[in-house]
Amino acid sequence: MLILECPYCGVKAEETEFHAGGEAHIKRFGPGSSDADFEGYLFNRENPKGVHFERWRHANGCGKWFHVVRCTMTLEVFGSYSAQVSEPPQEIRDAITAKRPGWCWRDFA
Amino acid sequence: MSEPQSALTGTTCDGIAKIREVGLQGMITLRGDLSATEIASAIADATGCALPALREITHEGRNSVSWMSPDEVMVFVPYDEAEATAAKLESALTQVHALVVNVSDARAMFELEGPNAREVLGKLCPVDLSPDSFGQGIIRRTRLAQVPAAFWMTSDASFRVVCFRSVAQYVFDTLKIAAQPGSEVGLYTQANG
Amino acid sequence: MSTRLSTGGRLIDRTKPMSYTFNGKRMKGFAGDTLASALLAGGQMMMGRSFKYHRPRGVVASGAEEPNALVGLGQGAAFEPNQRATTTELFDGLSATSQNHWPSLEFDVGAINNRLARFFPAGFYYKTFMFPRVAWKKLYEPIVRQSAGLGAVPKERDGDTYEHFYGFFDLVVVGGGISGLIAARAAGRAGLRVLLMEQTAHWGGRAPVDAAADGATVNDAPVDKLVEEIVADLATMPNVTTRLRMMAAGVYDHGYVLGYERLTDHAPEAPGPRHRLWRIRAGQIVTATGAIERPLSFAGNDIPGVMLASATRDYIVNYGVSPGDRVVVVTNNDDAYRTAIAVKKAGLDVPIIVDARAAGGGALAQAARDLGIRVENGRAIAKVHGKKQVEGVSICAQAGEGGVLEEIACDAVAMSGGWSPVVHLWSHCGGKLTWDEAQAHFRPDVHNSPKGDAGETFVTPAGAANGAMQLGDVIADAGEMAGRAIAALGGTVRAEPVTASAPDEVPMQPVWLMPQGAGPKLRMKAWLDYQNDVKVSDVQLAAREGYESVEHTKRYTTLGMATDQGKLSNINGLAILSDALGQPIPQTGTTTFRPPYTPISMGAIAGTARGAAFQPLRRTPMHSWHEENNAHWEPVGQWRRPYCYPRTGESHAEAVSREINQTRSSVGLLDASTLGKIIVKGPDAGRFLDMLYTNMMSTLKPGKCRYGLMCSENGFLIDDGVVARLDEETFLCHTTTGGAESIHAHMEEWLQTEWWDWKVYTANVTEQWAQIAVVGPKARAVLQTLSDDDLSAETLPFMAWKEVTLAGIKARVFRISFSGELSFEVAVPAGQGMALWLALLDAGAEHGIMPYGTEALHVMRAEKGFIMIGDETDGTVIPQDLNLHWALSKKKDDYLGKRAQQRSHMADPNRWKLVGLETLDGSVLPDGAYAVAEGVNENGQKRTQGRVTSTYHSPTLNRGIAMGLVLHGPDRMGEVLEFPGTDGTVSKARIVDPVFYDKDGEKQNV
Repeated sequence: MLILECPYCGVKAEETEFHAGGEAHIKRFGPGSSDADFEGYLFNRENPKGVHFERWRHANGCGKWFHVVRCTMTLEVFGSYSAQVSEPPQEIRDAITAKRPGWCWRDFA
Repeated sequence: MSEPQSALTGTTCDGIAKIREVGLQGMITLRGDLSATEIASAIADATGCALPALREITHEGRNSVSWMSPDEVMVFVPYDEAEATAAKLESALTQVHALVVNVSDARAMFELEGPNAREVLGKLCPVDLSPDSFGQGIIRRTRLAQVPAAFWMTSDASFRVVCFRSVAQYVFDTLKIAAQPGSEVGLYTQANG
Repeated sequence: MSTRLSTGGRLIDRTKPMSYTFNGKRMKGFAGDTLASALLAGGQMMMGRSFKYHRPRGVVASGAEEPNALVGLGQGAAFEPNQRATTTELFDGLSATSQNHWPSLEFDVGAINNRLARFFPAGFYYKTFMFPRVAWKKLYEPIVRQSAGLGAVPKERDGDTYEHFYGFFDLVVVGGGISGLIAARAAGRAGLRVLLMEQTAHWGGRAPVDAAADGATVNDAPVDKLVEEIVADLATMPNVTTRLRMMAAGVYDHGYVLGYERLTDHAPEAPGPRHRLWRIRAGQIVTATGAIERPLSFAGNDIPGVMLASATRDYIVNYGVSPGDRVVVVTNNDDAYRTAIAVKKAGLDVPIIVDARAAGGGALAQAARDLGIRVENGRAIAKVHGKKQVEGVSICAQAGEGGVLEEIACDAVAMSGGWSPVVHLWSHCGGKLTWDEAQAHFRPDVHNSPKGDAGETFVTPAGAANGAMQLGDVIADAGEMAGRAIAALGGTVRAEPVTASAPDEVPMQPVWLMPQGAGPKLRMKAWLDYQNDVKVSDVQLAAREGYESVEHTKRYTTLGMATDQGKLSNINGLAILSDALGQPIPQTGTTTFRPPYTPISMGAIAGTARGAAFQPLRRTPMHSWHEENNAHWEPVGQWRRPYCYPRTGESHAEAVSREINQTRSSVGLLDASTLGKIIVKGPDAGRFLDMLYTNMMSTLKPGKCRYGLMCSENGFLIDDGVVARLDEETFLCHTTTGGAESIHAHMEEWLQTEWWDWKVYTANVTEQWAQIAVVGPKARAVLQTLSDDDLSAETLPFMAWKEVTLAGIKARVFRISFSGELSFEVAVPAGQGMALWLALLDAGAEHGIMPYGTEALHVMRAEKGFIMIGDETDGTVIPQDLNLHWALSKKKDDYLGKRAQQRSHMADPNRWKLVGLETLDGSVLPDGAYAVAEGVNENGQKRTQGRVTSTYHSPTLNRGIAMGLVLHGPDRMGEVLEFPGTDGTVSKARIVDPVFYDKDGEKQNV
């Protein structure tokens, strides 16, 4: 069972305090979008062996959504950060690079 | 007009810690930009309490204000004063984007008291409750067995525990089992000396 | 025959005799005994029957690894099967029964299986019961079920209580032997928060037992002294917690450890919980879990009286119990000589030590010879004689095929095949193993350790668990490895000069089969897995049949699959498999080690979640009234809602009809408090709700209400409800009962993760309000008697709301209707809900007012053709399917689900659409029934063209009514569909308008 740190309230707690919310940094496509874009938005997800970006909510806590980057292989957590950004901040990218040089995930590296 | 009733109307239970439903308690949810000066001054005017910092709870007389999330605090005042306090906060905050709502009836509050209180709570909440890690002035929102809850300490050996009203009986029953006679863990009491 | 020795026993207290029963027979033991040692002391060597062949079995081990001596403990509400006698502490009044036999332990009918053993080889069940297929259900399954299972299932509800505890420590040390004690003291001195746990009731582990035989010392003092000294040290450290009778059941991700503390198993009369499951987060874990001795595989190695050499020694040294008068020792290593010495020192006879090594042993062997014990090198046991008790052994050469050199009479055999470190916890969370050629065992590969959340090593093995097998090495390794764990936490270790003096041992020699060339007849009696009756021949057969993976072989032969999870058998089994496959052991590898280390109670897993606290049961403010008034409950999520309120002699259906008739003709009451209520406030609140609901909410006027639909981004309906605008910036959104939390979370998710710059705050105020629906033609009259405020249609028209005072309570009254009747939903603070409920009952008495439950609610809404989320919707239904086009705003560019509803499949005219269904004979259609169409599909099944989504008996219309989704349904009014039931009958129903009652809505507009 994982332990995660909520970047909003600073609590580091076990998984049962949180609620997993799937992949992070998904761009919404609405009316007027192409079928391909909309399909990608609704259905297409990464399934990496390694670095992965996820959404979590501090459901039994401050209630805030946040992002977590972790390794799906070793479960090592590289960091958590605000959900109110469309791409990972530089310090998070650096933290991943320090542990997993050459990583890439979707368009991020 | 009839007297309002709290969820368990003051039910109590004695085990390795004393459990008591506290009864009616005024509670007001206030959401807004906590860094806005209007919020801090509205809270100070209405309650006398300082705006709590991250994961803190502040007290003044019978009033308390606890941090709930980056844009939310909970204001605790006597039940009879909740309506007026909410109105006061609301009128002080007309110029900023904020939400003030009286939720005094939405929750139940328990007191958990005695030298084993930390351990009773430690059976139900995934939180480090050792005296080195948890003391007065901190509010912790977490999971209590299977429901969300929040708690803080009012003395070295007593907690206030808040949960939703509909699960008050469940929380009471669960606390009661956790406080059953003979169930001392002996961990935090040992650390206390 | 086993018996109590007149002296000795470091763990028993001879001044405290205790009485217990075994299979109803009264027996005696001492405080400090285990059930196994007490049974042995009473001459009871045979403790059970094996699972498959029902062979007589005696105790083999002295600890957690015991495969044979499983008993049913306690009686009635305290009964528990499959408890190991070796880990059960004796208490006065203990009651135990043996298992797997009928009618008795001594005479067992099932033992016929043993005679037929050659017809029950590995994979027997898979091979035998495949054909003919029809025989499975009628013949094989009943037979298998009759004979399956280990022990008996408890018949009564567990009478004990259990709990969890969340523990947080810098360092958790598992194992209270010498290594664990050393590690805990070092960590304690470094100032860390330490937990040391030991699964037995005693500190010190094996070292003091070994020292009793070989005279080993630590710092020139007896080993016992060191144990006492460290335990005393630890007791003075406030930062160190020590626990006996606590086992680490498992190690999981990110430093999570489950500690299983047995509080009252040894003292059942004590108050408090029986077990406590510690859910621990540790910065570092030191596994000082020791090692387990391996049996040797020779014919008859399961006959009662054949024991592990270490167990033989334990019974003599710890409990003053002799397993037999003449004990043959058979070994491939030096350690077993300690047993021979202990036996001899206890005044018993060791006729021979059979050492499989051609060169024999070292200093300990010499010590044995000095005691006058005969030692034969390069020898083996060809066969053990005896049925229910060892009577003698045949000796042969280890290098040969079993030609008997000599017969020796004896009543016990002590065997040692070497030692395997307990690597379970290390392996649970991904620690890898390495094969130690010299000691022929797997030990932790410290370079491939379990990794924590920061990628750090978080488990460190120490002592025997790390492959250090001799006292000096154990002590050195424990200090070294504990130092690493402490350093990882930023602590520093003070050097502790601990020097051990113990006899040097010469290398062991792997012996996987005894004798090496044993033929088929011997191999068929050489047991690997005692508990599941797996023999050397079974594993070899599996290899011949093509099972190359150790995981497959395990499942095929059931090797290591019993409650002991192969603690004794795994290494021996995979060595035999490797040999049969002609490959080295590391290439074969081990099966996966999974938690728990030994079985833990279901109660401990549940903790406090039993009975009333099994799961949260949500109660409305009027719950107690419902309870007192005979509500028949319907679970709705975690809520309990009254389904109906049956009166004396009334069926549920009659009660529902009565409630509906009263409401439609006069006035009824519904506790609607469970409905979700969410405040949405801010300058962007209207814009936000326009995105959330399919219809337009921003144009709603303060004081008014509007029904709305919510869809997911996939276009499917997820919730519905009435929105009331409280003021310019504030809306109150009502959700379904099940949607209160999920829709609030849904709102927060979009606000926090997509539109975070919109100025909107939400608050879930569901539980702040008690909500009561006052429904029926007399509803206004009843309310008006409680209020001076004007409730007329002019000031409070349909779909409006108003703040009023009712029975002296400030209330919000919403004129909304889910029944088609004149209806007011009244919301008051929850603390006054009961007062209002009682006031309404009082005020409505003259109109015969009565509460109605959820079933009446459902029937009345169906009579009106109103949809219900969860009935008409199932996660695949879009508003268009339900003819709710009127609720889909055409003015809005966007709302959640709009884009998805434009996808080709969603716009398909062949999607099934909502209609009403009326049976031709007035009966009630079966729920969920499908309407069949012409022809069959590719699977030969009848094609379908629709299904029933809601179906009830309508007391208002006195006939069955239903709603359903039907292909082109709205265009087929009047057509008759056929709905085959599961009982062979076919119901016929006509497609009709789904609004069955008051089509023009006149009743609610008054």
